[in-house]
Amino acid sequence: MQKSKVSSQNFIKSWKTDLRRNGEIYLVALPVILFFILFHYKSMYGVIIAFKNFSPTKGIMGSEWVGFKYFIQFFKDDYFLRLMKNTLTISLATLLFSFPVPIIFALLLNELKSKAFSRGVQLVAYLPHFISLIVICGLISKFTSADGIVTNILAFFGMDKVSYLNYPQYFVPIYVISDIWQEAGWNSIIYLAALTGVDPQLYEAASIDGAGKFKQTIHVTLPGITPTIVVMLILRIGSLLNVGYEKIILLYNPITYETADVISTYVYRYGILDGSWSYSTAIGLFNSVINFILLIAANKISRKYSESSLW
Amino acid sequence: MIKRTLGEKVFNVINIFIMLLVVTVTLYPFLYVLMASFSSANEFMSHRGLLIKPLGFTLDSYKFVMKNSMIFIGFKNTLIVLITRLALGLLLTVIGAYFMSLKTAKLSKVFSIGVVITMFFSGGLIPNYLNVKSFGIDNSLLALILPVAINTFNMIITRNAIDAIPDGLSEAAMIDGAGHTRVLFSIIVPMIIPTLAVITLYYSVETWNSWFTAMIYLRKKSLYPLQLVLREILIMNSVGNIANGGDNEAIAETVQYAVMMVATVPILVVYPFLQKYFVKGVMVGAVKG
Repeated sequence: MQKSKVSSQNFIKSWKTDLRRNGEIYLVALPVILFFILFHYKSMYGVIIAFKNFSPTKGIMGSEWVGFKYFIQFFKDDYFLRLMKNTLTISLATLLFSFPVPIIFALLLNELKSKAFSRGVQLVAYLPHFISLIVICGLISKFTSADGIVTNILAFFGMDKVSYLNYPQYFVPIYVISDIWQEAGWNSIIYLAALTGVDPQLYEAASIDGAGKFKQTIHVTLPGITPTIVVMLILRIGSLLNVGYEKIILLYNPITYETADVISTYVYRYGILDGSWSYSTAIGLFNSVINFILLIAANKISRKYSESSLW
Repeated sequence: MIKRTLGEKVFNVINIFIMLLVVTVTLYPFLYVLMASFSSANEFMSHRGLLIKPLGFTLDSYKFVMKNSMIFIGFKNTLIVLITRLALGLLLTVIGAYFMSLKTAKLSKVFSIGVVITMFFSGGLIPNYLNVKSFGIDNSLLALILPVAINTFNMIITRNAIDAIPDGLSEAAMIDGAGHTRVLFSIIVPMIIPTLAVITLYYSVETWNSWFTAMIYLRKKSLYPLQLVLREILIMNSVGNIANGGDNEAIAETVQYAVMMVATVPILVVYPFLQKYFVKGVMVGAVKG
């Protein structure tokens, strides 16, 4: 009895000291705290409409519970398989082609003798990352139109002179190639940073042992940046179902839905454009849950087989 | 021994060649846009393939762009959003980062955990949208400012910078009677100017290029930021309007290129000078992220 009274007194006293000392910053930081509550946590709370029949007039609290109705509806949706297939195709194609290019690019940059030349190449290579997606997609649609410059070049090599964005079979290649063009340079920065961390003595030791440039790359450089590669790979796998809607919305049209429509664009059309709030929220939530499971699985596997992991 | 150096020499030449190819492939599209925008519309229409110089130098396309009022409205709105967001965003980011870095305040630990959680979980597109609507700020420029006022990643970068400052400095000031606000703005902020420069750049580029939130929240065209105006002209091909009653399809084509230039030039102009700061930001984020 006595003891608990003392500890509760201590508790109150310690809070009083804390408030006296830090009350000012609590007050100043209040707008920041409010920002996180209002624009992050309140919208997280809004996810429960996936389990309700949400109508804006009744509000989140007033709408009745429907359990997993909308999730089941999604699994039975005519487009479910197509969406999964398209999302995975675009995602895996990006993983297969866009992921290795920055690594190779960083390795090649690292081998350049002239530092000035290397800096010049980097200056140019990072540039497309900063150009707005609207301009990039405007360029893509102009260049691949029936009389566009890319179409003309391809026609020279015997391909059809058509507007490529109107053919479902070309959507994924256009998406991936333009992604490499825009982001590969910028994404190489993190590997370049890792490369500067490789101990130069290792190269000396390797060359004394008779290893040529190529062997040094395989046995010294690559192992040096493997932890970075693994971490980036885990992050990629954790967002396997996250194909961004922004670029697709700018590039697709109903003719190419067949290969271009992915989960996020479907959520956008059914949610924002059609107002099926609960249904689209349920699809979004399903997407996030799968991603989260993939992230944890990838991290676990990586922890088991290598020394690098996210946590 | 000689053979290996020969191999290396060959490799170096090939490597330089590859790099020159990368530079060409990256830059040529921009040069093409530049040349097309100065080309005469009719000559450009009948031309096929690569451009190596403008086809008949003319400023016609730019004159058309200048006549278009939507471009100006777009620039104006983007600037309003940019300036407001920078002022508000930087202030809140710095305060939040300082609050996270306090080791002695009881609430800062809870706050830090709360912040990190938002990096992994979010409501998703639709709950975010409904949330913003619930405050009644959709169809106003506030929808482009308030919900994104703080970028959590930028706040973490700033916290890392504050953490790197020796504790003794702020402790000494506090013993001399300075409050947290005073410590933050008189001691901490002057010491993290390089980091603040980096996050200012990040906020600026993000705001300049953002269009999706504007598209879903804004209905009034007079509120459209530049990127949304561009979308109408470039993606939705409503070029007829921009070429002022232009049935002239040829003009429309070169005008689109001129529009791309106008929207990209601000970035192209500042980019070479600021590139190293952008890179620095990635490094800081990567090392301590």
